[in-house]
Amino acid sequence: MTTPTPNSFRTLPDERGHFGQFGGRYVAETLMPLILELETEYRKAKADPAFQAEFEDLLEHYVGRPSPLYFAPRLTEELAKAAQPGMGAQVWFKRDELNHTGAHKINNCIGQILLAMRMGKTRIIAETGAGQHGVATATVCARFGLPCTIFMGATDVVRQQPNVFRMKLLGAEVVPVTAGAGTLKDAMNEALRDWVANVHNTFYIIGTAAGPHPYPELVRDFQSVIGKEARAQMLSRIGRLPDVLVAAIGGGSNAIGLFHPFLDDADVKMLGVEAAGHGLDKLHAASLAGGRPGILHGNKTYLLQDEDGQILEGHSISAGLDYPGIGPEHAWLKEVGRVEYTSVTDTEALDAFQLLCRTEGIIPALEPAHAIAAVTKLAPTLPKDQIILANLCGRGDKDIFSVAEHLGVKI
Amino acid sequence: MSMRLTPSRLSSAFAKGHAALVCFVTAGDPTAEATPAILDALVEGGADVIELGMPFTDPMADGPAIQLANLRSLAAGTKTADIFRIAADFRGRHPETPLVLMGYANPMTTRGPEWFAQECEKAGVDGVICVDIPPEEDPELGPALRSKGVSLIRLATPTTDEARLPAVLEGSSGFLYYVSVAGITGKQSAALDSIEQAMVRIKAHATIPVAVGFGVRTPEQAGPIARVADGVVVGSALIDLIAEHGANAAEPVRKLVSALADAVHSARKDVA
Repeated sequence: MTTPTPNSFRTLPDERGHFGQFGGRYVAETLMPLILELETEYRKAKADPAFQAEFEDLLEHYVGRPSPLYFAPRLTEELAKAAQPGMGAQVWFKRDELNHTGAHKINNCIGQILLAMRMGKTRIIAETGAGQHGVATATVCARFGLPCTIFMGATDVVRQQPNVFRMKLLGAEVVPVTAGAGTLKDAMNEALRDWVANVHNTFYIIGTAAGPHPYPELVRDFQSVIGKEARAQMLSRIGRLPDVLVAAIGGGSNAIGLFHPFLDDADVKMLGVEAAGHGLDKLHAASLAGGRPGILHGNKTYLLQDEDGQILEGHSISAGLDYPGIGPEHAWLKEVGRVEYTSVTDTEALDAFQLLCRTEGIIPALEPAHAIAAVTKLAPTLPKDQIILANLCGRGDKDIFSVAEHLGVKI
Repeated sequence: MSMRLTPSRLSSAFAKGHAALVCFVTAGDPTAEATPAILDALVEGGADVIELGMPFTDPMADGPAIQLANLRSLAAGTKTADIFRIAADFRGRHPETPLVLMGYANPMTTRGPEWFAQECEKAGVDGVICVDIPPEEDPELGPALRSKGVSLIRLATPTTDEARLPAVLEGSSGFLYYVSVAGITGKQSAALDSIEQAMVRIKAHATIPVAVGFGVRTPEQAGPIARVADGVVVGSALIDLIAEHGANAAEPVRKLVSALADAVHSARKDVA
């Protein structure tokens, strides 16, 4: 398929919710009227200064935005050691791990719960993998006093006990999903089943920039606060834009949030980092590298699947990247060549996790550890005056138990 | 381009002077080898239309019973090629009974909609129900099916309002599948008066027959629905029998279908 280069990379989706051949609204008829209503309400909210003002007020005073933009001197120095003279780009981080609840997920949850209330919905559901989106959803539900049910794969419930407890503390009901492998995709199936049965009063807060239109668009818009801030912060701090943006990708919400405001800055390169798990020839979760286009969970995108279109289980050390699909806008950005995509393995992510702890005193989540691993490969290949900006989209408190296990440490 | 006999098998099934019994089972559950005998039992029991489910790893619109049927089938190694073989063999044994495939978009479109439509035509499949392709995404499958004379059977639900019905009916043929509850398969059932009201609403727009499904398990439920609808769909109750009896499910399935068929076929006489 040949795709012409558009004049702007920031005009999609089209009115049918498509990003090129990707995206769309592949849902059961029961949900279709609701999806259409959500789109109408979202258009109104987007144009409503009062909605925007409330969103921004909550981001500032409840979430703690803007998040800092941070130059990482010791990591930069460490990576330059392996580089040729004159090489070794500067590494900067967008510190979204400092948000309330410890990840970028809260940005989107604030936006969606405001939409839910605007639509008069009285009950919230969500899916979660690592638990970060579940915690963020439970948080906003507590803040606004709405009952909340979180669907979480039974396997993930075991892997992410601290987050399960957090969600319960916040008043959410956590439903373990035993279907399939009991991970994120099964949780999403179950959330969709609940939604179909409760459309009249329930709002589904989807955690990533995927699912049926308008979710990929509205999640992107809410997460774009990351890129808008980063762009303004770069200009005010050093008077220029970064040379390369780097972000980890599961569904891709932190990445699209960072990338989107820069998409029409032709000199800014972008690198999305998928989870290569045990390796691309083994079990992994890199849909773009190892999948092909298909239809799942309401959208057309790259999927890990067999020749009959049966969906394969993803694998990643990071529960948040362990999903066999990817947001449709990323599928399109890959196809038009605007963003480059790569992948790193569990082992590389673990190494990067430890490197950041030791060099910068920051314990990252395993998801951005994938982005950092890609940065460790990229920085030595670029000149010293170049700037890499990576999204540090979550903190690692939730991951210390599984990291300890992988390192053979009992805690 | 196929030449369809006039009237088609599907329209004949709804023109027998009584409501049609539509029976759903999942292809390859418990195994691809066991499915033909189960399909024969459906026909012998009196089913007017066969819905053959295509198993999918992620059946988002199905309740626990059909989810498990999907997983049993896939675990037994059922491939798309097996499903078309089952359908083609069925057509050979039962030249008059319409067979429709029901399933999800990805397995249907993964080799391209044209490939799928052509396989349907070759196997004598009369129609296709795709859960997750609403009218808005029709280009993904509809044109290919229509060009091969295979009916695209759409779903209408309690959330499908008057304004939306024409779009749902546009491009659909064979029959309209009315999902009587907003929910997943095999769970709660709808009150009869709500089904009756929906039929009035839909019949104001529809020129094709309307079959009612979701939550219909017993002859006692099916009979009254058959008085107000053109067809009644039963699925999860049959799937439960297959789950219980496995490779020996044909006989208990035939018995239940026979009781359902009696109730559905005689329903209109009861009120006459």
